[in-house]
Amino acid sequence: MEHTIPEKHYLNEATGWKSWLMTLDHKRIGILYMIMVMFSFFLGGVFALLIRWELLSPDKILMGPEMYNQAFSLHGIIMIFLFIIPSIPAILGNFVMPLMIGAKDVAFPRLNLASWYIYVIGFCFAVYALFTGGIDTGWTFYTPYSSESTTAVIPILTAAFVLGFSSIFTGLNFIVTIHRLRAPGMTWFQLPLFVWAIYATALIQVLATPVLGITLALLMLERVVGIGIFDPAMGGDPVLFQHFFWFYSHPAVYIMILPGMGIISELIATFSHRRIFGYKFIAFSSLGIAFTGFLVWGHHMFVSGQSDLAAVIFSFLTFFVGIPSGIKILNWIATMYKGSISLDTPMLWALSFLILFSIGGFTGIVLGTLSIDVHLHDTYFVVSHFHYVMVGGTVMAIFGGLHYWWPKIWGRMYNETLARIAVVMIFVGFNITFFVQFIMGTQGMPRRYATYLPQFQGMHGFSSIGALIMGVGFLLIAIYLIYAIFKGKPAGPNPWRALTMEWETPSPPTAGNFEGQPILEHGPYDYDKVIPENALKPYKTI
Amino acid sequence: MKDDAAQRHILPLNLYLAVGSGLLVLTVITVVVAQMDFGPMNLLIAMGIAVIKATLVAMFFMHLKYDNKIYMLVFSGSLLFLGVFIIFTMFDTLRRGDIYEEIAEPYLKEAVIYRKAETTTALSHPAADTSNTASDTVTSDH
Ligand code: HEM
Ligand SMILES: [Cu+2]
Repeated sequence: MEHTIPEKHYLNEATGWKSWLMTLDHKRIGILYMIMVMFSFFLGGVFALLIRWELLSPDKILMGPEMYNQAFSLHGIIMIFLFIIPSIPAILGNFVMPLMIGAKDVAFPRLNLASWYIYVIGFCFAVYALFTGGIDTGWTFYTPYSSESTTAVIPILTAAFVLGFSSIFTGLNFIVTIHRLRAPGMTWFQLPLFVWAIYATALIQVLATPVLGITLALLMLERVVGIGIFDPAMGGDPVLFQHFFWFYSHPAVYIMILPGMGIISELIATFSHRRIFGYKFIAFSSLGIAFTGFLVWGHHMFVSGQSDLAAVIFSFLTFFVGIPSGIKILNWIATMYKGSISLDTPMLWALSFLILFSIGGFTGIVLGTLSIDVHLHDTYFVVSHFHYVMVGGTVMAIFGGLHYWWPKIWGRMYNETLARIAVVMIFVGFNITFFVQFIMGTQGMPRRYATYLPQFQGMHGFSSIGALIMGVGFLLIAIYLIYAIFKGKPAGPNPWRALTMEWETPSPPTAGNFEGQPILEHGPYDYDKVIPENALKPYKTI
Repeated sequence: MKDDAAQRHILPLNLYLAVGSGLLVLTVITVVVAQMDFGPMNLLIAMGIAVIKATLVAMFFMHLKYDNKIYMLVFSGSLLFLGVFIIFTMFDTLRRGDIYEEIAEPYLKEAVIYRKAETTTALSHPAADTSNTASDTVTSDH
């Protein structure tokens, strides 16, 4: 069937840059976020490639050790605070979640726009730091070094502090939206699983992020007025900083992965054309992850000098966080079993996620084992572990989600062939880059060093080639996705024949999303009852 | 809607006065108790009274008792997480000094390590590699 782009939609209803910068439309704010966050991803990626370039040889190529410290710090800080934490909630959560629950917008549209401006302010502080001395503490800002480093620590702390508020605003907004603005008939157990995931994420954002704010504020006070809270000479405790930091940052890894898991639930159900298996288990395991994630932070501190008692308790509790993730993986596989699977691009991303995230999760359990982590801590094994979860998990999910909703966001389809090539490039490039890092780690290659023993050169070179393949892959994606915005074939309202509510609107949706208040007529995964079509059907409203 | 009803809820003046005097009485108790020495119980007693007072304020003056139960959940949730943070951190800070006695025993006396005969420099020495990294790991975050 040939489709056309509707005459009036949210992209052309108002024009001019002012209509964008002052917009209260959740869809446009999602796109504003997309521009900033993807630009940050690009910046972080440039630093990644610089790091991999330097590591082609144990001798100096581009940077000396000081520069190298700056490169990995900036890479980490940009990727974590500017890219991965805001990515899925702020871009896709903003765009899709209100559509999914049949709402006209989020509960507080102005707060939503404010969160974007706050993000931009945080971004500016980070850029300012970049040009006024850089930063060399690593993204973890551990004391005592961070209270002494002569780089631009204060600006970068301010950046992370400010960005935290943007995150809290988004979380707060989504919690209220999901409680208040669900379409009539949409009970909690009729919510698409992406919404559940966003909800669980929002809880962590609101509960944990203030602790990050406090931590960073204390560190600033330490630097500026020397309050001594982390300084043993004044009765303070440098390890206390790590408690503060990881009390936020371990839950924060779930801010990063939970929304990704939500996307994967949607993709697997849609492309298996089957009712999702174990809906309630998946929904509650999100809450389970959100909760248990708060009890394990000490597994980052096994060799930091925390007491043996604490180390044993944290190691024991860490094993529990594997359970909810395991539940999800098994339910996704069970959903695919006997489904009629179509391997469109978003599904390929979802399958990559399943494989890579499983590896990341299992190696997490390995690291959580106290006696093993004593050896593996701060080696490339850890580097590989968290890249398998953050890139293999979250980034696969982001790109799966972007490909899935791209036709909804812009009304146009991208080139499927190029898209499949790109997915394969990323998957292969990723494994080339990171799998050898597990091996290097077990052989004792420490992380955060500009140089290494000659015996590692082969593996480091191999890893760098993988990074290059990934870089080219992402460039390819950027090209065909942007091309699709202008020249892609009109996609129609429901190109994937999915059952969640966002597909009942035209693509791109109108400014107000729905005509009147829609009523939920079928569950999000009722593939056994409803046959979805790629055409607009009038929905019931009140 | 339920929430609006909760907002319109007005408590009798007497209740406010009762709670208010309760707070005053507790304040007096705090002052009196501070004059006596209960040893290690000092802190516990003072904190106990403070908690009761805070609860009274939250329940009646801040209307938590009459509001939608979700706010109660949110409020106690935040206290719970604060508790988790402090208690778990104390598992560390209070037990930092614990040193366990260790007994040394000979282990695998006949074990040998194989390496290429010609490599004698420290760099490619496998045993030296591991000891290098072990010390790196401890310091690399600082
Ligand atoms: C099955 C679940 C997981 C377990 C059991 C687990 C366990 C661990 C452990 C024990 C460490 C500390 C290793 C060390 O420093 O010696 C660690 C590090 C890390 N993990 Fe995980 N993890 C899990 C999932 C995740 C997820 C989902 C993410 C992010 C999306 C993540 C991101 C990280 C990061 C960023 C680090 C390194 C932090 C640093 O020191 O810079 N992990 N993980
Ligand atoms: Cu962790």
